[in-house]
Amino acid sequence: MSAVGSAPALRDVPGPSAVGGGAKRFFELTWLLASTDFKLNYLDTAFGYLWSLMRPLLLFGVLYTVFTKVLRFGGDIPHYADLVLFNIILYGFFSESTTRSVGCIPGSEHIVRKTQFPRLVIPLSVVLTGLFNLCLSLIAVFVFLIATGVTPRLTWLALPLILALLLLLTAGVSTLLSVLYVRFRDIAQIWGVLALAIFYASPVLYPVEKVPHSLQWLLLINPLAPLLTAGRRLVIDPNAPSTVDIVGSAWGIIGPALVLVVICVTAFWLFNRAAPQVAEEL
Amino acid sequence: MPMAERSIAVEVEDLHKSFRVPSRRIDTLKERALHLLSPVEYTTFEALRGLSFEIAEGECFGVVGRNGSGKTTLLKLLASIYRPDRGRIRVAGTLAPFIELSVGFNPNLTARNNVLLNGVMMGSTPKEARRRFDEVIEFAELEEFVELPLRNYSSGMSMRLGFSLMVFSEADVMLVDEVLAVGDASFAQKCADVFQRMRDEGRTIVLVTHDMDSLKAMCDRAILIEDGVIELAGDADPVAHRYLQINLSGPDGPPPIAVDGGGAQDAARIARTWLEDSSGERARSFEHGSPTRLCVDIDVRARIERPVLAFEICAADGTQVFGAPLALAEQDGRLEAGEQVEVRATVSNLLTPGRYVVNCALSQNGIDAVDLLRPAAQFVVTGEHQFGYVELEWECEIERRPRASAVEAVDR
Ligand SMILES: Nc1ncnc2c1ncn2[C@@H]1O[C@H](COP(=O)(O)OP(=O)(O)OP(=O)(O)O)[C@@H](O)[C@H]1O
Ligand SMILES: [Mg+2]
Repeated sequence: MSAVGSAPALRDVPGPSAVGGGAKRFFELTWLLASTDFKLNYLDTAFGYLWSLMRPLLLFGVLYTVFTKVLRFGGDIPHYADLVLFNIILYGFFSESTTRSVGCIPGSEHIVRKTQFPRLVIPLSVVLTGLFNLCLSLIAVFVFLIATGVTPRLTWLALPLILALLLLLTAGVSTLLSVLYVRFRDIAQIWGVLALAIFYASPVLYPVEKVPHSLQWLLLINPLAPLLTAGRRLVIDPNAPSTVDIVGSAWGIIGPALVLVVICVTAFWLFNRAAPQVAEEL
Repeated sequence: MPMAERSIAVEVEDLHKSFRVPSRRIDTLKERALHLLSPVEYTTFEALRGLSFEIAEGECFGVVGRNGSGKTTLLKLLASIYRPDRGRIRVAGTLAPFIELSVGFNPNLTARNNVLLNGVMMGSTPKEARRRFDEVIEFAELEEFVELPLRNYSSGMSMRLGFSLMVFSEADVMLVDEVLAVGDASFAQKCADVFQRMRDEGRTIVLVTHDMDSLKAMCDRAILIEDGVIELAGDADPVAHRYLQINLSGPDGPPPIAVDGGGAQDAARIARTWLEDSSGERARSFEHGSPTRLCVDIDVRARIERPVLAFEICAADGTQVFGAPLALAEQDGRLEAGEQVEVRATVSNLLTPGRYVVNCALSQNGIDAVDLLRPAAQFVVTGEHQFGYVELEWECEIERRPRASAVEAVDR
């Protein structure tokens, strides 16, 4: 049988996959899912934006009061309030995106079981929604910084670099959690506890130089540590020490970078392996 | 098969798909840790076992089979939602799956967002999806409900939305899973027209349906899947016929007219059945009292001894209201190969208003089933009377006496 002139040629169907279908479609889908979700949760409700700011602000208020007034911590740290707020917003992006990613595949059951699209879009769109929210929150943070006397500097322009790395880390962890959850439903509870542990193990409420020597290994395995520290140096206090200064060697950067790479590679490998079966195992 | 000059749109070769169902479900890390040493056991269920077929471009191709026979699984494999275990699927051009229409929507999103999202999911660009949006909503006649979240839609409304999305899909090959007869009567008519238009446009359609009438009306060819293999492939008519036969012998209880394969099943076929009213017009609705004519055409392929055509009329609840055997040949006679027999049976219509089904069975030697058609025809009786199955001739007298006699007799 011969093909008629204009008819498209027979091609093997691609099968379900994590990323197939072209970069453009992948990006369009991620963007559309994220923006739809973002509008639904943040913009469509009357006080959506204020509401989304309330939670981190409240957390900031409580923690700042406890640390400065009860524990009498932070008096010697320049711009301590700005530091805590800035860190809480950055960490908030990480924790909120990862927590929402945990159940995102079963949560998208309606599209997974009925349509063909690159499955990786699901966790990544959750992270992108978080990123939109982060960008809006950062506007409020910068208003706060300027109002409390932090001088704007050119180094502020380097912030997107930090955000890009934070985005990579968040995307890696989110992807990992989403694929693990399909198999192990108690990941949700486990991550709830782990995320809290990570919050206290990262220099969010305290700066790196306060980490005692015996606990410095924490800085070597935690990709959030150098990110938050660099963010502080770029945005709030150029004289603050870097992770490398504290650890005393380049491992302060290399260690966390390796962890980041391992997380992302593992996440992608696992997700890619599970993606073809995800629709039938839900 | 007559597809010599048409190019192939879908080609499936030796397709296998099985599902692994864990015999005990271990879905937490805790349980996994507790059962670290015992391997997870699976039972494997083979849903499809070696399907091969081709669909020509522009063809409307039917897929029928009983519940759980693997039709949806087949469509999901074609649509790259499931991955085949073995075999090859090739498709020419773009493909869009429409599987259980309304269920693919996100209940929290408005119709607008769902339409856009669904369009992009099905492979259009966001720009195309936005451009088509108005048409989709207009076809679904849901202009007033565009900003309403789908959870507040009635099930019929969201099915209409799903159907309109399908109508405006521009894919070369469309996979359609049991989505006919959507919505109310006027919308159902609109949908039928749309399918007709798509067929005329030369779109390739793969249609899963349980309705043999629409299968015969719309599809050129069809396959019947039974237990994961193709039981029969070919023109839509014989496939529909076989489907009804298989469905009858199923576990739903024996049909009122028994079939016990006497080895003569290919000897003849009940080719056509229909009903006519007293003026000789085909009809599906009869006024109570007007005679009904049952017409049956039989093609004989091999000699049949002592042929009998039995028919029965059953009410909507399955009760056999009337039935009769008709000997097709004189005493000890036979039908010869190649003969065509036309049976015209006129039945007086004493039935009460309601829906009725006619079943026909052809047998030889009194017992060997040759062919069975159920339902052979369906019809509706209109009229006034409300009770029972038949309206017998009746009259009554009522007499009332004054109180003294203290009797009030009602005599029927
Ligand atoms: N994801 C899955 N996991 C395990 N078994 C499955 C899965 N999907 C389908 N099956 C099984 O495969 C068989 C075929 O299912 P399928 O949905 O294809 O049937 P169907 O022909 O579409 O039936 P229906 O007419 O009811 O729509 C069923 O026995 C079903 O239980
Ligand atoms: Mg089905």
